[in-house]
Amino acid sequence: MAEENNRLVTCCPQDVLKKVCPDAKVEGMDADGNMVTGAAAETVWLVPCDEIESISQVLKEKAGMDFLRDLMGTDEGEGRTGVYYFMERTSDGVNIILKAVAQEWMPSVTAVWQAALLKEREVYDFFGLKFLNHPDMRRLFLREDWHGWPLRKDYIPDERDDAPGNEKNTDVTVCFRKKPNGDVEAEHNVLFEDGDFVVNIGPQHPSTHGVLRMRTAIEGETVKKVDPILGYIHRGIEKLSEKRDYRQALAMTDRLDYLSAHHNRHALCLCVEKAAGIEVPERAQCIRTMMDELQRINSHLLFYSCLAMDMGALTPFFYGFREREMILEILEETTGGRLIQNYYKYGGVQADIQPDFLEKVRAFTKRMRDVIKDYDNILTKNVIAQNRLMSVGFLSKEDAISIGTTGGTGRATGWANDVRKRHPYAWYDRVDFKEVVYSHGDSFDRYKVRMDEILVSCDILDQLADMMPEGAFCAKTPAIIKLPAGVYTAAVEASRGEFGVCIVSDGGKSPVRIHFRSTGLPLVQAMDTVCRGGKIADLVAIGGTLDFVIPDIDR
Amino acid sequence: MDWMTDYYSVAPLLSKVHETLRTAMGEKATLALEGVALVIGLILVYAVLAIVLIYMERRVCAAFQCRIGPNRVGGKGGLLQVPADVVKILTKEIIRLNRADHLLYELAPFFVIAGSFISFACLPWHKGAPLLDYEVGIMLVLAASGLGVLGILMAGWSSNSKYAVIGAMRSGAMMISYELSMGIVVIAVVALSGTMSISGIVESQEHLWNLFRGHILTVIAFFIYLISGNAEANRGPFDLAEAEQELTAGYHTEYSGMHFGFFYLAEYLNLFITAGISTTLFLGGWMPLHIPGLESLNMVLDAIPGVIWFVGKTFAVVFLLMWIRWSFPRLRIDQVQTLEWKYLMPLSLVLMMATVVCKVYGWVF
Amino acid sequence: MEIKKRAALSNMKWEEMNDNSELLKFAEELNATGAGVVVGWADRLIDWARSNSLWSLTFGTSCCAIEFMALGAARYDMARFGFEVTRNSPRQADMIMVLGTITKKMAPVLKRLYDQMAEPKYVVAVGGCTISGGPFKGSYHVVDGIDKIVPVDVYIPGCPPRPEAFFYGMMQLQRKVKMEPFIAKKIKKAGKEEKNG
Repeated sequence: MAEENNRLVTCCPQDVLKKVCPDAKVEGMDADGNMVTGAAAETVWLVPCDEIESISQVLKEKAGMDFLRDLMGTDEGEGRTGVYYFMERTSDGVNIILKAVAQEWMPSVTAVWQAALLKEREVYDFFGLKFLNHPDMRRLFLREDWHGWPLRKDYIPDERDDAPGNEKNTDVTVCFRKKPNGDVEAEHNVLFEDGDFVVNIGPQHPSTHGVLRMRTAIEGETVKKVDPILGYIHRGIEKLSEKRDYRQALAMTDRLDYLSAHHNRHALCLCVEKAAGIEVPERAQCIRTMMDELQRINSHLLFYSCLAMDMGALTPFFYGFREREMILEILEETTGGRLIQNYYKYGGVQADIQPDFLEKVRAFTKRMRDVIKDYDNILTKNVIAQNRLMSVGFLSKEDAISIGTTGGTGRATGWANDVRKRHPYAWYDRVDFKEVVYSHGDSFDRYKVRMDEILVSCDILDQLADMMPEGAFCAKTPAIIKLPAGVYTAAVEASRGEFGVCIVSDGGKSPVRIHFRSTGLPLVQAMDTVCRGGKIADLVAIGGTLDFVIPDIDR
Repeated sequence: MDWMTDYYSVAPLLSKVHETLRTAMGEKATLALEGVALVIGLILVYAVLAIVLIYMERRVCAAFQCRIGPNRVGGKGGLLQVPADVVKILTKEIIRLNRADHLLYELAPFFVIAGSFISFACLPWHKGAPLLDYEVGIMLVLAASGLGVLGILMAGWSSNSKYAVIGAMRSGAMMISYELSMGIVVIAVVALSGTMSISGIVESQEHLWNLFRGHILTVIAFFIYLISGNAEANRGPFDLAEAEQELTAGYHTEYSGMHFGFFYLAEYLNLFITAGISTTLFLGGWMPLHIPGLESLNMVLDAIPGVIWFVGKTFAVVFLLMWIRWSFPRLRIDQVQTLEWKYLMPLSLVLMMATVVCKVYGWVF
Repeated sequence: MEIKKRAALSNMKWEEMNDNSELLKFAEELNATGAGVVVGWADRLIDWARSNSLWSLTFGTSCCAIEFMALGAARYDMARFGFEVTRNSPRQADMIMVLGTITKKMAPVLKRLYDQMAEPKYVVAVGGCTISGGPFKGSYHVVDGIDKIVPVDVYIPGCPPRPEAFFYGMMQLQRKVKMEPFIAKKIKKAGKEEKNG
């Protein structure tokens, strides 16, 4: 077994791919074998769409690609849809990108990675590409009676969608299977039986952290099934960004996951800077790293507050907000904004830090270390809180990787998935910090991961405060940024997981397709797995510990 | 008992008034008039107390939460904040639901308020001023609190809302189980005092409050009573029936205007009643603190009127309950039941037996 | 009796408000018909109570909701001004603060929540998205301004507005509520019906 593991770690996924699919070729190569894409573009392997499921299976088993980071659709013209598969090996972070193009049907990879369950529905919702053998082929974000496929280039909004009536939800979903003779037949899967007691939790509900809606079948107090319905805050950011240039697209990122506003922006900056070859000054790198960490503490404090409130303890909520205001003060002095700051830009940051920024950060970290004892006293050590969190809402490491729940939720299961360690960016390779990993995967571990990360972030901040170099805070960039053709990706560790950006460029000043890897989508998917068999009160507490932000999921 | 003084007893005054009225109007008319006056007076006290309690809750929770709380409406302390809320709720629309069981829906708030009102009338406010004082007074209190459960179940059932049904069922399951340990603890106290009448229980604590009479036993009994009383009043950490974060507003999700106001008032009054009854049972009701051996101090303490003693002690307990509410997370339904059936009930049974044995052998103070 | 032209707030003086023209116009309209003395005073009492006890429905769809939470937290503490609690059930709320973008999927839900609320009810549109669609104007799934769905009483611009801006907007609402002829309106309505019938 150990031998096999070693082999997994060292084998190259490209070799495995070539062996299983000799037809696979690199996208963007002209007839002479020269690349026409930009220097920093990712290598994308084009594979035939019929074989994608078997290839994925082999890659997962032979090359250890156990983590489907993301799945993205693109409009390839003439009604064809391309699907990108971003895979990664969790043991050493080696990754590979596959692409398949299909006209109408694409085999589903849900059997290989659970993560594809919602992401394939997203592709269907946006492009109208149907997946074979997908157990639940419904729209994900848009209403079931929506007309048209909004992310296709030729989409024209339908007037009938402007003033919709009350929404109706089906209890039966459809699953398409291919018969041996090549015909596709529809099979029906029942979501909720007639006798099920289905309670609608959301979209207007105090504990769904936004406008998530969960149709929950319960039996007495016990949760039987959770069916998340998304899209109540789907704002079409990806489509909007296609119409704007890169600088304008930057403004949208803050509003995705507003509690990781800096992180989201950081990811897009990294991606565009990498593609356009913009060098970021040292000082800007350091400022960005510090801002990211402040933002992380900010978000985790809100997590603490909201979790306490979800469990019915109202006082800790105010404790968390008290310290959060201190961070907001520091951020506001430099950036001018409290929640949405619009601070990073391509090549650096908008403005230099305030002269007393570093002192204030030091004072804050000192205070944070003191008051976190109060937090522990009122919530962590409280016997009721412990009973509500411990041994509740288990998520196994295998499920976490398969669903792709990165961030604190994944680290609570023992999966070390911190992007700051896996693929260091900014100044994370210059600071010494420890990745917080727990092993039980229950609610309490998810809670502890975040509380410990507050302290880790304090450590990073202290180190960086002593390292802040002098110099320019922003590099000179051209007025209009154009990216060379190709596919570009970048990822950062946002407050609640890996936030990724993928840009498909044709060399123009606005992207052909821009896609954000939502940190919360896998978390919502995990709700059903984690909550089954728990109580209604557990559902709320688990939702609190998974810590999702809905605008980030719906985009 | 030379230190027992009767300065403040209102019994002579009341009987004088009664005599005068009787000679003027005759027996029946007097009784009717007194009854009406009493009820009006009680309703007034009830309303005023609710306002005071809501105001107190807001200030207390604000203090725990490092904030100020209402301080603008009506001068410096925000004293008129709650009256403003009350006037607003009074003038708010009462929504008539389309598909609801109207009879039960309209009746439910009155059941809840009636339950708390009857218990409220049983409180021993002052020496010689028992309002409802039967031989089995404490049983009446327990019975009346059952009325509240009925009201909540009716509200949840008739609203035609899933949240409300879940809330009501939780509340029903919880209150019925906690009434058990509550009743058993009350029996222990009754055994100690030798009477079931409320005034009798208070009188029996003349020398020493019940809390100190039965060694550690009554102290534990006091806490059991507080816990189950808290559950009876549907307050945190036992506010599962409302459970704002889970069920939006629980059993009264569909209620608006004054109907909701009744539930809101009843919640606070139930808190006061829980505190008042525990004061009666364990802290001597209106009885001043008497420490055997310190006669002169006892004289001084006697100089404080009984009503102040009662209200003071009750509010101290109310504060304790608020403190618990604002610091603890909510329990889960199965944890609530485990706590009751596996811990509190057996414990209170043992307590009752032990107290009776102590009493029989005279091992109490 | 004349309806008070200047709705007084103890928290903020009339002169300190940036723009009073809308309210003055509102007052003039009301004064065109006047009100009885007893009714007028009763209305004043009711208006005082209502304006000082505006409980809002928790209806956070996105970013602005976090600022609203900050508003309830210790530093800004909206309980000081009578916005004591936020109710989760629309039946018990007096105003709905629409915090964040309203999408086409959410629009029917918002409409329904508004219908479920008990009279009197007010709507505050918070943030650019609710006012006009904000940065997402023109998206295929965003409603460009909630005034197409529900009647809005106060707009609070910002992305998201600062807590101070929240207070300013909420006080504007308080002043508006303070002028409403509650009983007078009912009497007039009844009178009209009698004439017509």
